Amino acid sequence: MNLKRILELYDEVLRTGHRSEILRELRDEDDLFMLLLYSDMLGIPNPAFYYTLELYPHMLEKFHQWHLRMGMDKSPLTGFRCC
Amino acid sequence: MNAVLLALIGMFVFFLGYRYYSKFVAEKIYKLDPNYVTPAHQFKDGVDFVPTNKWVLWGHHFTSVAGAAPILGPAIAIYWGWLPAVIWVLLGTVFAAGVHDFGALVLSVRNKGQSVGTLADKIIGQRAKILFLFIILILVLMVNAVFAWVIANLFITFPSSVLSVFIQIPLAIWIGYVVYRKKGGMLWPSLAALATMYIAAVVASKVPALQIDLPRYFGGEENIVAFGLNGVAFSFFVWIIILMVYVYIASTLPVWKLLQPRDYINSHQLVVGLAILYLGLLFSNPSITAPMTNSAATDTPWLPILFITIACGAISGFHGLVASGTTSKQLDREPQARMVGYGGAVGEGLLALASIIAVATLFSSSGDFLGAYSSFGDASSGGLGNFVQGAGQLATGLFIPADVANTIVAVIVVSFAATTLDTSVRLMRYIISELGKTYNIKSITKTHVATTIAVGSSAALVLLPEGPQGFGSGGYVLWPLFGTSNQLLAAITLLLITLWLKRQGRNFLVSLIPMVFLLAMTLYAMGLQIITEWSFFAGSNPSLLLFILGSIIFVFAFWILLEAVAALGKKDPAKPKNKAM
Repeated sequence: MNLKRILELYDEVLRTGHRSEILRELRDEDDLFMLLLYSDMLGIPNPAFYYTLELYPHMLEKFHQWHLRMGMDKSPLTGFRCC
Repeated sequence: MNAVLLALIGMFVFFLGYRYYSKFVAEKIYKLDPNYVTPAHQFKDGVDFVPTNKWVLWGHHFTSVAGAAPILGPAIAIYWGWLPAVIWVLLGTVFAAGVHDFGALVLSVRNKGQSVGTLADKIIGQRAKILFLFIILILVLMVNAVFAWVIANLFITFPSSVLSVFIQIPLAIWIGYVVYRKKGGMLWPSLAALATMYIAAVVASKVPALQIDLPRYFGGEENIVAFGLNGVAFSFFVWIIILMVYVYIASTLPVWKLLQPRDYINSHQLVVGLAILYLGLLFSNPSITAPMTNSAATDTPWLPILFITIACGAISGFHGLVASGTTSKQLDREPQARMVGYGGAVGEGLLALASIIAVATLFSSSGDFLGAYSSFGDASSGGLGNFVQGAGQLATGLFIPADVANTIVAVIVVSFAATTLDTSVRLMRYIISELGKTYNIKSITKTHVATTIAVGSSAALVLLPEGPQGFGSGGYVLWPLFGTSNQLLAAITLLLITLWLKRQGRNFLVSLIPMVFLLAMTLYAMGLQIITEWSFFAGSNPSLLLFILGSIIFVFAFWILLEAVAALGKKDPAKPKNKAM
């Protein structure tokens, strides 16, 4: 066994202690992120909308230009009433 | 007697235990099956259940169980002479700890990688699980109090160690940042951090201005600082408060930010510590100056107190938690349980043996030893300091100056104790939350409420016992209670192993005998101390706190005994078709 392999094993020994806990923390964060993105699809009211609503006035003009560019005369989303 | 010879005899006994006894237990009792599909394969998820290389798993298991406890217990127990301590460490490791750690691992592997607590519920019943939770709660409470005292005591005795220990915290945070934000490796930054800590230790040993010496700042024993506390007592108070604030923060932060990088550095320190002890011993080749048996040790009887003074290093229930909590979910093949479980216990035994040798070779004569170990109280309060100096003396064989060696060994022991403290407070928080869920008390399931209860009760416990230096300095009196609760936890695990073996129709004496021995010793020790030392009608210096805590532990021990008698007396259910229960 060469030195590189020994160091790899040593590193693995020391990492194993908290590996599962860190992966679990990461998985919990991912789950929360997924929930924020797709909760409405699951029938759960999305609390993030409360904050994203504040972006509405900033996005309105850009959105209007976008749907005109895409060949849509009127807004395709009922939530965006730009025209 | 030559100390190297004693170390060789100890290693030979461990070798015999591993080579023959563990082989017998593996083949004839636990009947390990190379074709059994372990939980690591059956439930493989890449997070908890991961088949792991056996050397990696042994290293992980050993670094998880080894800490300051197998050093402190033997350093106190040498009070009765080095021979009783050595015999208990050797026989305890071979016949009790090995069987216990190995058995907890096998039992968990045969039951989907479930932990001992869940298995207590499954094998004995809900009552046993609750008993188990309460014993763990008491154990972690004792650990928090005792190790907070240990660290405060070492900071006061070896002020040159403070700088290195506190430097470690920002270094660990920096490593966490480098590894998880910048995607770097952990090995080289952690070695650089270790080198920085040891350079700080060398510099602090030589420059008194860098030694954070609180008793000196507060005017020493003669000066009353506040609340009627002198400089030393007030230093204990300040260090304990600082430590409790630290553990609160450490145990609520995400693991990757501080705990993992800190533990990573501390694992290097375990290697350094063992190298200092055993290489230093080999090169300095000292003689044992402590007496073989100490006939002057009359204030506390060795039977039964020796068996609760050395818990980790002879047998420790905490190992069952690790074996069944994480190790069992990572075991690649069942026969490897022998090396990982029994081998882990042997590793801890080697650390305990080194601790005995370090203290037994420290003194220039047996008269000096008897002066330092004149009472059990002196042994308890000074044991760890003696170990640090003894290990420092062995390190001089490696051409390390004595003052630098003492500082580095103190840094290593404080780091071990701090790791244990971090883990223990975190564990206590989880247990409080679980009890909150069990009894539907929502408020204590919240992280900060549970942590506040954990830290607050630990701080109160360590500050309450009065030592010679006032409140806060007497945390060492809790050590026998820590040992007892640890042994009780081991007794429950041994009971579960015994019941499992009985239901499989196998010889269960290998686990029953250590279990009966542990229960007898803990009941005897608690009964003796409650009646002769702590109660108001017997001792000259009664203690309500110790009386209450000792009584609770005594009741728990008796409860386990009743559960054991009831469970063993029950007719076994029909043998299951699968190989688990």
